[in-house]
Amino acid sequence: MSVLERDLKFIESKNDLKKQQRLLLFHRIIGNKLIVTGGVILTLLTLIALIAPIVVPYGPYEMQVENRLKAPSVDHLLGTDNFGRDLLSRIAYGARVSLGIGAMVAFFACLIGLIIGLLASYFKTLDNILMRICDGLMAIPGVLLAIALVAALGPLKQNVVIALVIVFIPNVARIVRSTALVIREETYIEAIRAQGASTWRIIALHIAPNTISPLVVQASFIFADAIITEAALSFLGAGIPAPNPSWGNILYDGKIVIFNAWWMTVFPGILIILSVLGLNLLGDGLRDLLDPNISKGKKGR
Amino acid sequence: MKMYLVNRLFSLLPVLFVVSVVIFSIIHLTPGDPAAVLLGEEATEQQIKELRMKMGLDLPIIEQYFNWIKGAVQGDFGVSYFMKMPVLEAITSHLGPTISVAILAGIISLVFSLPLGILAAMHRGTGTDQTIMGISLLGMCVPSFLLGLFLVLLVGVQLQWLPVAGYRPLSEGIWEHLKYLILPSISLGAMHTALISRMSRSSLLETLNTNYIKTARAKGVTEKLIIYRHALRNAFLPILTVIGQTFGSLVAGAVVTETIFNIPGIGQLIINSVERRDYAVIQGVVLFVTFIYVIINLIVDLLYGVVDPRVRLERQ
Repeated sequence: MSVLERDLKFIESKNDLKKQQRLLLFHRIIGNKLIVTGGVILTLLTLIALIAPIVVPYGPYEMQVENRLKAPSVDHLLGTDNFGRDLLSRIAYGARVSLGIGAMVAFFACLIGLIIGLLASYFKTLDNILMRICDGLMAIPGVLLAIALVAALGPLKQNVVIALVIVFIPNVARIVRSTALVIREETYIEAIRAQGASTWRIIALHIAPNTISPLVVQASFIFADAIITEAALSFLGAGIPAPNPSWGNILYDGKIVIFNAWWMTVFPGILIILSVLGLNLLGDGLRDLLDPNISKGKKGR
Repeated sequence: MKMYLVNRLFSLLPVLFVVSVVIFSIIHLTPGDPAAVLLGEEATEQQIKELRMKMGLDLPIIEQYFNWIKGAVQGDFGVSYFMKMPVLEAITSHLGPTISVAILAGIISLVFSLPLGILAAMHRGTGTDQTIMGISLLGMCVPSFLLGLFLVLLVGVQLQWLPVAGYRPLSEGIWEHLKYLILPSISLGAMHTALISRMSRSSLLETLNTNYIKTARAKGVTEKLIIYRHALRNAFLPILTVIGQTFGSLVAGAVVTETIFNIPGIGQLIINSVERRDYAVIQGVVLFVTFIYVIINLIVDLLYGVVDPRVRLERQ
């Protein structure tokens, strides 16, 4: 008998329904290959980001000018950049920046988007205004909007986060709004309204929790998108200011010397691809897990 | 159908209005004075003030906005003081290369993605299917500029098959023109190829599961005929959605790709303008690109009506 069956039999004897449900959920998550693969990749990358300061051989700003543009060697496992800084260290610290920004953008975009979507779904006039603004923002291609915002606010790390959050909010708001609109028509909402529940209570306690599942899936994809957009911005020189290390920044430095120093392009590139891959897998897996009926609609870039 | 078209065109207006307000406010939030930048460090207070008056920068913001919009509707986006030409001229002179890259990228992605998606759906579950889906998954994870950089390294440095920088207009011969566009188009189109092939596969699979297809099979129609004559047409609508959604962003993606391959298009235009704080050009370019984006979405929307008679009837 399988592990799941054995466990279930054990719990049955204890007659505890909640434990049963939790166990089922656990097995569903572990059995979902997408979530596991994505989760493993992501955990590894987060680990790198977290332990970077302790483990890396050199500091990310430490210049050894005599060692400029050296190929990967025993001393510098991934080579050095055009200022003689160790690439391994810069990439590890860059993980903190790039992944950190991605996570923050995903979190805040989802939070604010949730609020906006909920408000729009419940109050008609607000809906019109908010959705027009969202349409307008979504009409402007993401990278362009981000460039314009960062140019306006100034090249600082927090401004990059703010700009990217603004770029991604409309998408989240639309998704939350459409889910909320469907839930609003359900009979049980009508029932509790008849019982006298206040508007805010309904929104917060009943509608919001049901919008969480598509939101979580979307968060994963936004995280991936944010990493890509931040890298694109820094690559254009309009993102994280030097000398702060970010994967996009390293690519920016590497662009000028691309014919002499392939390692400056290849290694950050591989890490970006890995993070996005892990997040996409995780997002796909979560979507399968949470609701196989969610329509497939991802923004491409 | 005509009413629908008119309605759709009218719905564009609020969107464009919001976009114009957004981009105008963003640009004018920017610290830094273009007049001062233009005149350089030697300029006196008086000179800067005069140039500001000439550029209309001393008017209240609302008035500046209305002047801009009034002109924009007539096709006058203002003048770029940095490039010494009207903004519209700057945009049109840079538009050619960008459009060429975008169109070539679109063609390449369609040519590859549709057959691959159909193949994957036809051989569902086999190694072919899994390979194609695996590659397309990877394709979705590699941002276009990264692919561009990798291609530059691989093709330009190691193999030396194609040039990696620069641009030759059509006037110099079609092969010369294309040679410089191939790499940028491939890097721009890869992600879209991946998305479209996934979408065609899933859409085709869904269609193949419907009752009428099962009936055709039961009647003895060959699989090939089923796919080409029945399934494909009905599966096409979601595929068209994805194509439409991604095509507009091809133009936007060109922004980054152009810097890698040194193509003098809209992307380079906007990046240079951001550096120089050329307000007029930045506003004009973003509004223009957004306008194209919106028009493309509208065209795709109208194409639904052409492709699917049910949609056409619904609209009447």
